[in-house]
Amino acid sequence: MVKTLPNEYYLQMEEIQAADFVLIELMLYLDTHPTDTQAIQQYNQFAQYSKQLKRKFESSFGPMQQGSLNQTLDFWTWKSSPWPWQI
Amino acid sequence: MWTYEKKLQYPVKVSTCNPTLAKFLMEQYGGADGELAAALRYLNQRYTIPEKVIGLLTDIGTEEFAHLEMIATMIYKLTKDATPDQLREAGLGEHYVAHDSALFYSNAAGVPFTAAYIQAKGDPIADLYEDIAAEEKARATYQWIIDMSDDPDLNDSLRFLREREIIHSQRFREAVEILKEERDRKKVF
Amino acid sequence: MENHPKTFTKVKSYVPFHGPCDPCPPIGRKYYRTPPNLYVGFQQPSLPQFSPAEALMKGTLWPVFYDFYENPYKKRRV
Repeated sequence: MVKTLPNEYYLQMEEIQAADFVLIELMLYLDTHPTDTQAIQQYNQFAQYSKQLKRKFESSFGPMQQGSLNQTLDFWTWKSSPWPWQI
Repeated sequence: MWTYEKKLQYPVKVSTCNPTLAKFLMEQYGGADGELAAALRYLNQRYTIPEKVIGLLTDIGTEEFAHLEMIATMIYKLTKDATPDQLREAGLGEHYVAHDSALFYSNAAGVPFTAAYIQAKGDPIADLYEDIAAEEKARATYQWIIDMSDDPDLNDSLRFLREREIIHSQRFREAVEILKEERDRKKVF
Repeated sequence: MENHPKTFTKVKSYVPFHGPCDPCPPIGRKYYRTPPNLYVGFQQPSLPQFSPAEALMKGTLWPVFYDFYENPYKKRRV
């Protein structure tokens, strides 16, 4: 069975990966620079932005994280593919 | 606790069907300086390290699990459609007779993962120097895998992972500086 | 972490010993990497950053740490 995903899936996924990557970099930086207020501000800004991106992604492609709303009320979409290693 | 996110940290693409690369990648899956060893090393050390660096060990340890998932994805993609003959040609015949194409925590030579790879001395400086060395060894391993690989897409993901080792090493070096600091003396950049 | 040189190189090389009875032709230069984390010291605040998309591609948010790796022996491949 060959499954193809809409291009939109990959585009949105990569936007999320980029936003979350900035978060991880800032997190590690702040772990050793806990008083850099500018970095804290940037971290908070990207945390918000990442949440927005994920909400948008999840409305088309199903829950991405534990604790996200299952927006399809008659099917448990969390268990649906694709899994990260299948895309 | 940990929660799962249905995404890779960085996109993994593999352009050529070359199961031999899967064999090499196993060094970073279940090898001494691989991602599993790294994750377990940091997440285990954090219980007995000064408060100031617990956050760093937790966050780097967690990121290592994301890297482990990327390596697993590469190995999976390179082996899932390989026939037994192709696996034998790739040097994975011994792997096949024990595991079929299931992933297994062993190094590139097939040696199973062992907790003996993970150091925990309980001395903060010894442990952080260990961690710095582990990052440099993982960086070197990525270099040697890239040297052996002709797959441009795979190498792109491997370069990402190599760069992460540089950043982790940088942060561990900073953690050493933090622990060296004299009490109440402000850090001067 | 005290030294902060303004410029540094990320690759070094040396010519390993080759004896008269060694069976293989000499490899020539051996290369090793000296990545930016060896030189930068404790990171200064407010360093220039990549854009988010570029940071992801490069594997770091800060250009100062970026180190592209390529097989240094590629040209010699048979």
